[in-house]
Amino acid sequence: MNAEQARAVIERVLSRIAPEVDLLAVDPTESLTDQLAINSMDQLNLVLGVHEETGVDIPERDYPKLASVEGFVTYLVARGA
Amino acid sequence: MTPALAVPTAVVDLLVPAPLSAAAVADRAVPTALVVVARQPLVTSPLVRHLAEQHDIDLTRVAGTGTGGAITRHDVENASRLAGGPLHRTNRPTSPRARRLATQLGVDLARIEHGSGPKGSIIGADVLARPRPDSKTPRPLQEVFASDLSPGRDPLRSADAATARTANMRRRTAALMARSKREIPHYFLSTEIDMSEAIGWVRDTNATRFVTERLLAAALLLRAVVIAALEVPETNGHWVDDEFRPASGVHLGVAVSMRGGGLIAPCIADAHTRSLDELMSALRDVVGRVRTGRLRSGDLVDPTITVTNLGDQGATAVFGVIYPPQVALAGFGKIVERPWAEHGLLGVRPIVVATVSADHRASDGQSGSRFLNRIDTHLQAPEKL
Repeated sequence: MNAEQARAVIERVLSRIAPEVDLLAVDPTESLTDQLAINSMDQLNLVLGVHEETGVDIPERDYPKLASVEGFVTYLVARGA
Repeated sequence: MTPALAVPTAVVDLLVPAPLSAAAVADRAVPTALVVVARQPLVTSPLVRHLAEQHDIDLTRVAGTGTGGAITRHDVENASRLAGGPLHRTNRPTSPRARRLATQLGVDLARIEHGSGPKGSIIGADVLARPRPDSKTPRPLQEVFASDLSPGRDPLRSADAATARTANMRRRTAALMARSKREIPHYFLSTEIDMSEAIGWVRDTNATRFVTERLLAAALLLRAVVIAALEVPETNGHWVDDEFRPASGVHLGVAVSMRGGGLIAPCIADAHTRSLDELMSALRDVVGRVRTGRLRSGDLVDPTITVTNLGDQGATAVFGVIYPPQVALAGFGKIVERPWAEHGLLGVRPIVVATVSADHRASDGQSGSRFLNRIDTHLQAPEKL
């Protein structure tokens, strides 16, 4: 999976979890938590959604690496999803 | 109250029959999505009330034109006509559920030629089998209940509609909370709970679990409340007709705030029969359904106690307002690191402030304290939850 595909997956899952979010307004380098008021349930659903689409099972200890969209993309590419 | 799980606007799945008739809801002001009808309509005549029930008209939505704003027979007939007035259009025997569905879905009963009930009467399934006027967005109940709970893909989505929905929801929450504060003599208690054990246990457990089976600390809080509610029965039940009616099981309301503003408290029914894992998946499911706009009838039964959990985005403590006719509301702030002294030693621990708002008619501070202490005790032994 390349960066573009990873980004598409994340955006697709995000828009399912928080349909009201305008993805164009999300700064990909900033923390999602700060921008979208993502709580622990959202975080879990995000990881679940990405797992469903890519098969990657992300352990909790890696959550800090997923803070921003770009961080998430880098992580997924590195995991070779 | 700015609870837990920030969730965007949602819509009640209108294909599911409401568990209570609109009139019953109006009488009981059930603290769920249906609490939208908290305003007490001014109806003096039993005849009018009966008529409204027959036509499935929600009296709280009817503007009265009678003396002093009282709702008259004429007002109800008008409202019925506006809602499609299915009753006016068939002479065939019709089940109450069919009537309600017809009103909700905007189906004209007169166009159903063969009822499949006894003696050709029209039953719910006949109504459901009819093509709806607008098969994508079932209209009328949306107008009744969910005008303020629209899904993200609402075709009517616009700044104006969103603003109107938010205002509507705000008004309804306002009415219910005002009623609560008017009628319920609240008392408030709080206690700080060391969450080290609970959080450590969740972390260790999740490390060995597949992503689909992971827990959130919120699930432990809910489970602790459920057990404590059973142990301190004067916190669990309803205040009806000037007396407390304890509940035998726990239907757990979970207050969820909408991103667009407003509050909904779907219910995890029979929470006392669910294990921790089952509570977690019920919580995930119900929040998911709020989000995708597919709340089911089971989500709307009336809770016996409600929890509000500010979550990791919230303040450190919440002293909530009880949903009438319930008699207690448990609240949790966000979990924060705090200095904590124990056995003469000072350390840094994750702490949550647990609170209870309780109805002084049903219990006193001693019961409320016991309730909080039981929650604390259970959270210190998470493996037993």
